[in-house]
Amino acid sequence: MANGTVLEAVDQTLEVKRRPPLDVVYEWVSTVDHKKIGLMYIVYALIFLVIGGLEAVVMRIQLAVPNNHFVSPQVFNRLFTMHGTTMVFFVGMPILFGFGNYLVPLMIGARDMAFPRLNAFSFWISAFGGFLLYFSYLGGDGLYGMGSAPDVGWFAYAPLTAKVFSPGHSTDYWTLAILLSGIGSTGTALNIVTTTICMRCKGMKLSRMPLFVWLMVVASGIVFVAVSPLTAAQIMLTIDRYLGGHFFDTQAGGSAVLWMHFFWIFGHPEVYILVLPAFGFVNEIIPVFSRKAVFGYPAMVAASVGIGFISLSVWAHHMFTVGMGPAGNTFFVFATMVISVPTGIKIFNWLATLWGGKIIFKVPMMFCIAFLFQFLVAGLTGIMLSAAPFNWQLSASYFVVAHFHYVLVGAIVTALFGAFYYWYPKVTGRMMSESLGKWHFWLFIIGFHLTFDFMHVPGLLGMPRRIYTYEAGRGWEWWNLIVGIGALFQVAGILCFVYNLVRSYFRGEIAGHDPWDAWTLEWATPSPPPAYNFAVEPTVSSRRPLWDLKHPEDQDFNYE
Amino acid sequence: MLVLSITLAIFLIVAGLLLYALIRFRQRPADSKREPAQIYGSNQIELSWTVIPILIVVMLFLSTTRIILETEAAPKPSGALDVTVIGHQFWWEYRYAGLGVVTANELHVPISDPAKPTPTYLEMSSADTDHSFWVPRLAGKMDLIPNRLNTMWIDPQTPGLYLGQCAQYCGVQHAKMLLRVYAQSPEDFAAWIKQQRQSASQDLSGNAAAAEGQTVFMHSACINCHTIAGTAATGRFGPDLTHLASRDTIAAGPVQNTPENLRKWIADPNSMKPGVLMPSMHLNDHDLDVITAYLTTLH
Amino acid sequence: MMQTTSTIPIDAQVEPPWKLPSRGIVGMMCLILAESAIFLIFVVAYIYYIGKSLSGPLPAQVLDLPILGTICLLSSSFTVHHAVSALRKNNIGGCTLGLAGTVLLGAIFLMTTAREWYHLIHDFGLTIRTNLFGTTFYSLVGLHATHVVIGVTMLTVALALSLSGRVKETHAERLEVLSLYWHFVDGVWVVVFLVVYVLGR
Repeated sequence: MANGTVLEAVDQTLEVKRRPPLDVVYEWVSTVDHKKIGLMYIVYALIFLVIGGLEAVVMRIQLAVPNNHFVSPQVFNRLFTMHGTTMVFFVGMPILFGFGNYLVPLMIGARDMAFPRLNAFSFWISAFGGFLLYFSYLGGDGLYGMGSAPDVGWFAYAPLTAKVFSPGHSTDYWTLAILLSGIGSTGTALNIVTTTICMRCKGMKLSRMPLFVWLMVVASGIVFVAVSPLTAAQIMLTIDRYLGGHFFDTQAGGSAVLWMHFFWIFGHPEVYILVLPAFGFVNEIIPVFSRKAVFGYPAMVAASVGIGFISLSVWAHHMFTVGMGPAGNTFFVFATMVISVPTGIKIFNWLATLWGGKIIFKVPMMFCIAFLFQFLVAGLTGIMLSAAPFNWQLSASYFVVAHFHYVLVGAIVTALFGAFYYWYPKVTGRMMSESLGKWHFWLFIIGFHLTFDFMHVPGLLGMPRRIYTYEAGRGWEWWNLIVGIGALFQVAGILCFVYNLVRSYFRGEIAGHDPWDAWTLEWATPSPPPAYNFAVEPTVSSRRPLWDLKHPEDQDFNYE
Repeated sequence: MLVLSITLAIFLIVAGLLLYALIRFRQRPADSKREPAQIYGSNQIELSWTVIPILIVVMLFLSTTRIILETEAAPKPSGALDVTVIGHQFWWEYRYAGLGVVTANELHVPISDPAKPTPTYLEMSSADTDHSFWVPRLAGKMDLIPNRLNTMWIDPQTPGLYLGQCAQYCGVQHAKMLLRVYAQSPEDFAAWIKQQRQSASQDLSGNAAAAEGQTVFMHSACINCHTIAGTAATGRFGPDLTHLASRDTIAAGPVQNTPENLRKWIADPNSMKPGVLMPSMHLNDHDLDVITAYLTTLH
Repeated sequence: MMQTTSTIPIDAQVEPPWKLPSRGIVGMMCLILAESAIFLIFVVAYIYYIGKSLSGPLPAQVLDLPILGTICLLSSSFTVHHAVSALRKNNIGGCTLGLAGTVLLGAIFLMTTAREWYHLIHDFGLTIRTNLFGTTFYSLVGLHATHVVIGVTMLTVALALSLSGRVKETHAERLEVLSLYWHFVDGVWVVVFLVVYVLGR
């Protein structure tokens, strides 16, 4: 079978004529191109990252000293609710699915997603959800009191969310915004799965797909099964609040614990939805910067799929203190500990990929290395927490807050930064500044560790979460202060990052189509890729089509 | 302890290997052209790092299960004390059913002798939203959930004051729903119980201000929310005040129980604990003075 | 590392012809998976609250088996299947007939549900706010009925297109995707029927 792949590197930066702004706006608003939609998701998420980060900084200032009066309790409670809700639903989900949107068709040699209009619809409905959530600031008491912003915590336990305990609309903003975002996520997940199954280029068997694609597919699969329970629970909550229903109405025999089950059946898989794409980034970057193929591809796929399935069975480790009884507690201890096995396999495989390689310390790799150390620690504190007796002390304390931020920021956001530096040249045609990148890296990592390493201590000393202030004399003061200082370092790091993003767009070095000497199909297109991605549909015979081209004497498919 | 040592060991080994790899296999300036040997996998190595973690997991799981059973399925000693705890927004109600005592916010329990254990069994529920009872130096936490009864036990063996606070977000003043557990010797505990069982002293003849305060109290809306045993005040919505003056703190912990603070609290609770459910009664200065005088007699 | 033209060397073994599943079917299966999860949660809530109502009418007192509605809905799966296979054989008339039958049977189902609800509300005073049974019953059956309404609407659109001659044999797969949705709605009804009218009473 003769193949028709023509690897023409179109390296020139096309001179684009200035167009009237309205035209450009219309093009972006009406686009169904997966790349543009992906970019819109990413930019949108970055804006919310900054806002969510500011919310966190205000909280840390309030908690820097005991009995502080920087903000009122009402404002503080809205801040932590908004911070959590924003970061999970309007930063994490959009940015990771934005990257997925951009990269998955390119990586499998397709021209676009399976359902481009659904793709656009998913973006706009998610965006509307975010807008709605922040519109809540304008309700109720007005802007300075943070209006009607939700104040029930990002997991909105019943019966605090019942009409009697939360009159007004703050809970409703929470419910609606997330409902809309959930519809968007489900649509995107549907697109990713369908695209991957039905639109791969010739020769791209499932066993030859880049690991990033595998991880996006597993994450999307989890979306179907996990986001729907939250949607269902929110419909039930709204029925309770407005139609007089009794799903979570304890006065009528309803159960507060039922909400917890439904929420965490969503909530735990949700964090795997967030972390699997991050694994995907690392899976792509580490091999390229170690100059070695990933170690144990089949095991990596099996581990990823395994994590996907097991993640659906561990949810009640968030509920060890609810009184499920020894049988229930024991089951969830077991399931949670079991998930550490495939996760460990992934870490070991990454280690083995590095081993014997030729490690290049460019900024994307630096972030991935930080990811490895930090994810290791996060996983280990997770194992500690999975032991129910340990959990009885530490749940709902700052130890847990430190643990999950270690995963969310230390692993996911860190990997995300790596992904930015890695794929920015492909998206824009220009390299990001290495030196600014290094400033970003060190400022952020130092800040991260100052904040989240030390945050474990107040938790161990008995400080619960979601408190707007604390008594002096409990031994928590110095730790909270250090945590706050770390936050400022992180802000500095993010500022470097944003500046780098913008400056490099105009002044970055021209990248060419393959600046990192990488091996997957997206690097075979011009930078930025044209709207149709590939002039001729590629044909592949191995997991690293570009390696085969660059090393005709030692091609991958001889070994796979 | 086992958990800690295993996780520490894993961390040291894996991080150590990682660090080693990063140093040993970094790109040297000399060899920028060559690609290293491409190794795609190794069945033996991958099998071993699957099997070993599984064994570690089994070990951890078994030891964890043992502790779960020791804690949750422990048989209840005959000398155990039963206390019902009811969580409210934003205070704690304690009912010693067998002993006829009702109090709020400060829990007194007897210390326990390992030879003849007298732990305190807490039966917990909530009157409104979810709360959680967490006194770290005594035990792990257990949630208080409306329409549900949860049980936990504490077994203090050293007398003293143990601090904690509500550990499940329950509304605006979750942060100031503090816990104070006084573990006392059996004699001190018995004395405390004896005192708490008595109704409020009705003999205020020696104290004109207090007597007037009692009258004002009984004629104002205070009695709708608060109980003072032996009087017309039988409200159940707020804390029982029968022995208010015997407590060290008010407002569920954050405020010291002094006459000045008490007066300030009654005048405007929101100024000391914004968002608390007790409204300001808009009393005039004189009424505030006499009510405070009355309440400070409630030992 | 620029190459102008290159060929990827031929594999030793001949690769089989490259055929991938249809997008519509895969997409619809994903949607069905997600929707099943939503229904599952409502079913779990229903089952959890069986026997826990503090007051008010109980299932055994007020529920009758919805035989007519169930027969209609389940038969409609056959009619829609007939419509799809007719279209595959370019039998537009048969397709139209099948669609019409499906729409009719679906509409009858909706009417029986409406009658049942009227009866429950006016004769027994059972509403969504009456007790746990009311809440869980109306939400579960209502959620299902909403999906039936959506399905009937889409089938009516297909029917209208078919009647106006715009439906061709090439559209068979699209119709099959729609029929998959309808079969799903039917399947959910089987579960709802068993849980609410058999188990719950």
